[in-house]
Amino acid sequence: MDIKEIQELLKSAFDEGIGEPVTDKPVDPYITVETGKIHAVCLFLRDEERLQFDYLSCLSGVDYDKDNLASVYHLYSFALNHKIVLKVIVPKSNPIVPSVYDIWAAAEWHERESYDLMGIVYENHPDLRRILLPEDWEGHPLRKDFKVPEFYNGMKIPY
Amino acid sequence: MGILNKLDAHIEPFESGNILITSADKLLNWSRLNSMWQMFFGLACCAIEMMATSASHYDLDRFGIIPRPSPRHIDIILISGTVTLKMATRIKRLWEQMPEPKYCISMGSCANCGGPYWEHGYHVLKGVDRIIPVDVYVPGCPPRPEALLEGLIKLQEKIRTQSLAKKVN
Repeated sequence: MDIKEIQELLKSAFDEGIGEPVTDKPVDPYITVETGKIHAVCLFLRDEERLQFDYLSCLSGVDYDKDNLASVYHLYSFALNHKIVLKVIVPKSNPIVPSVYDIWAAAEWHERESYDLMGIVYENHPDLRRILLPEDWEGHPLRKDFKVPEFYNGMKIPY
Repeated sequence: MGILNKLDAHIEPFESGNILITSADKLLNWSRLNSMWQMFFGLACCAIEMMATSASHYDLDRFGIIPRPSPRHIDIILISGTVTLKMATRIKRLWEQMPEPKYCISMGSCANCGGPYWEHGYHVLKGVDRIIPVDVYVPGCPPRPEALLEGLIKLQEKIRTQSLAKKVN
């Protein structure tokens, strides 16, 4: 199934919150999904007979633009050999996205990484701690507005 | 007589045999520099070269350098790779647990000065010498095993000139 067919299927299952497929960018075609809908959409994508997205191949955080962050889901179906990319765009002032950990367990560490480096908070995540940086680190360093601190625990950071 | 030939700079055999005369410093240094036990851990891609150096082709064992699993057993710590800030606190702790006299070799550009992370590496310590004293810097990205061996031989030269008996370095 290609992205247009998948999007139509999603549209028929959900009244609203499903964006148009974007295919003219030099990246994999993607669909933007409303924040509140993402959990239901992911569950539908996994369990629907004609879709069977059984594999979350990547979940990443993106500093999307000046005011927004994005959580990007790369899904793949081993059973039917098709793929799709979903994006959830949230404002930097309130970056809360529902967790999909209970749909694909692989999301647990991915969401922790996205939280660690981008500061996106995943609601209902079982253990949302930093995964890469030290626990006492302040800030989320892959955000464009992150300023590298002068010192960390008495160690000078800049060259 | 092979071992005595090797030692001739340090120890003189008497003609009738069985007695050797040397200074305490020379004997201690000779034994120290031929059994530099090394901390068994690697940080990044340099660790691969360190492992290659330890393996049979380059054979680090012939210098008496063997990896040990505890900082309390070791004489030298080989910082082989990128020192992240998270790891830096652990390295400092390992260093503090090492018994004196202790030595540090910084291997590769990352451990020397931050390497490719020098500008945008918010998570990288720009040189391990910011937290612990370094005796020998081995340049390279990563250094070949020959370069690491050269660094270890340089450290042996340093140990040879030191004095434990006089407590002066």
